Amino acid sequence: MATGSEVIGKRYPPTTYAVGREKIREYAAAVGETSPIHFDVDAARAAGHADVVAPPMFAVVYGARAVGPALFDPEVGIDFAMMVHAGQEFVWGPVVVAGDEVTTTASLKDVADRGGMVFYVFETVSENQRGETVCTGTWTQLVRGGS
Amino acid sequence: MKPGDRIELKVTPDPYLTIRYAGASGDFNPIHIDEDFAKRVGLPGRILHGLWTMAQVARAHTDAAGGPEKLRRLSVQFRGMGRIGEEIVVSGRVREVRDRVAIVDSEATQSGHRIIRNGEAEVDTV
Repeated sequence: MATGSEVIGKRYPPTTYAVGREKIREYAAAVGETSPIHFDVDAARAAGHADVVAPPMFAVVYGARAVGPALFDPEVGIDFAMMVHAGQEFVWGPVVVAGDEVTTTASLKDVADRGGMVFYVFETVSENQRGETVCTGTWTQLVRGGS
Repeated sequence: MKPGDRIELKVTPDPYLTIRYAGASGDFNPIHIDEDFAKRVGLPGRILHGLWTMAQVARAHTDAAGGPEKLRRLSVQFRGMGRIGEEIVVSGRVREVRDRVAIVDSEATQSGHRIIRNGEAEVDTV
């Protein structure tokens, strides 16, 4: 049995992230976005949004705070020196805009040993202040030389 | 978007990109920002954040579709390591369109090496 498989299904405490206008601008610039809806409030409002719009991959920013404690959970027992981020999936709902409060809950979905390589699959579910699911993330970490 | 349509995005990560992205994303893993640390753990030097590269794949789709709200799903596999200063080419192709949602296959390459493969996205076409 792979390390951590006995805690498949474990859920971690939710974390709430307050989405700031300047953080969206900083993130959008770092990933090369140029559309004014990520930077300019008037442009975002003219396009029908309440405030500047987070790029989809901003899910990493509000989701990471929830995934961290799961990755570092000693009960899961990941060997970080041997860990590689193998895959990632996001499914998006309504867009996230500045002023939103996004609450994310992480869980360990699966641990699978495939010939000495152990795949750890974490899920994050992120909801906005209206209870709408804005993003579901599936984070697959590969640990080489696992049990 | 219709079956067979292609999307493409080219971007060259500058030497300070990983520093800016670390600050923007909160991912300060030293393999991305500390040249000496990266070499000590056997890498050729600092490497790109995989999730930054995935953001380039996402941007190729949202640019082509006309907005961030069009991207409904994106799934990728990471392979190898992304290098600073070398052009990345994101390329995708619409496989099919069902119920006004395009299914787009994609990958990202650098000097011919795939650093993201098996990209699969669902993009609203209206």
